[in-house]
Amino acid sequence: MTTAVELAQDTPLTIGGRTFQSRLMVGTGKYRDNDTMGRAIEASGADIVTVAVRRVNLDRTKEEGILYHLEPKKYFLLANTAGCFTAEDAVRYARLAREAGFNEFVKLEVIGDQETLLPDVQGLLEAARTLVREGFKVLAYTNEDLVIALRLEDAGCAAVMPLASPIGSGLGLLNPFSVRTIKRRLQVPVIVDAGVGTASDACVTMEQGVDGILMNTALAAARDPVAMAHAMRLAVEAGRAAFLAGRMPRREVALPSSPAEGMLD
Amino acid sequence: MTETIDVVVNGERRPVARDATLLELLRSLALDPRAVVVEHNRRIVRRPALGDVRVAEGDAIELVHFVGGG
Repeated sequence: MTTAVELAQDTPLTIGGRTFQSRLMVGTGKYRDNDTMGRAIEASGADIVTVAVRRVNLDRTKEEGILYHLEPKKYFLLANTAGCFTAEDAVRYARLAREAGFNEFVKLEVIGDQETLLPDVQGLLEAARTLVREGFKVLAYTNEDLVIALRLEDAGCAAVMPLASPIGSGLGLLNPFSVRTIKRRLQVPVIVDAGVGTASDACVTMEQGVDGILMNTALAAARDPVAMAHAMRLAVEAGRAAFLAGRMPRREVALPSSPAEGMLD
Repeated sequence: MTETIDVVVNGERRPVARDATLLELLRSLALDPRAVVVEHNRRIVRRPALGDVRVAEGDAIELVHFVGGG
């Protein structure tokens, strides 16, 4: 099959020295129940699965921990610093996450605005530098600003993660030009994180040439998260394959597909 | 009766036995030490050391784990 051949010729995704099969990464938040989450993650084909660090609820059962519902050996757990509004907090959460003992990777978020959840890029850079110095492999959630992306790469981040649109918005890829520019200029992997709403968004995003996509709400908030996870898997593969295939040039006028010669008088 | 002191666990004041270790605190809360990460007065205490660190009045202890998130 052509698709299989083209995909086989793709180079695998390597982040911070580790190689992954899937270019789709998924979150574990906001699912209606843990069974649905487990089946959706399975259907997505993702290797990398994100988790958050929070206080243990002392008054409830210990089953609220995500690892009771997710086979830690089957997935690569990527802890985030979601909810952190300062570099100091993000560093604190990252250290706690590393202490859980799975890996030294962290999806670094330093949020600057409650309403839009847009990143505080100054705090992000500061936290990234600290964590890189401490041996973390930092995947930095950022906006679609090229200069910030370059600074994050200079700071030693293992991957840069520009948003498609705000977290949980489902608005899709709002600025394909900027994301394409970031991908063109950076050496480290560029993973689009946040904002993808449906399969076409994922496909268009991958067609920009980025290395992967991380999504959560698009699956968790779909009417059927398992079916949507399947759709996203196909969309990410389709978008990647189309990028590798190279699209036809856009034209402002029509060009007939059938010969102009040989028409009857 | 064992004498108790108050410590702050995950933001809540709780009585624990005087000179209890962090490991004993986890046991009293029915928590598996392998399933939580412990921060004691802002310093992470690694699992093997949990039985060596004793709590004192007013100590701030954070017990965290992984939950669902993006």
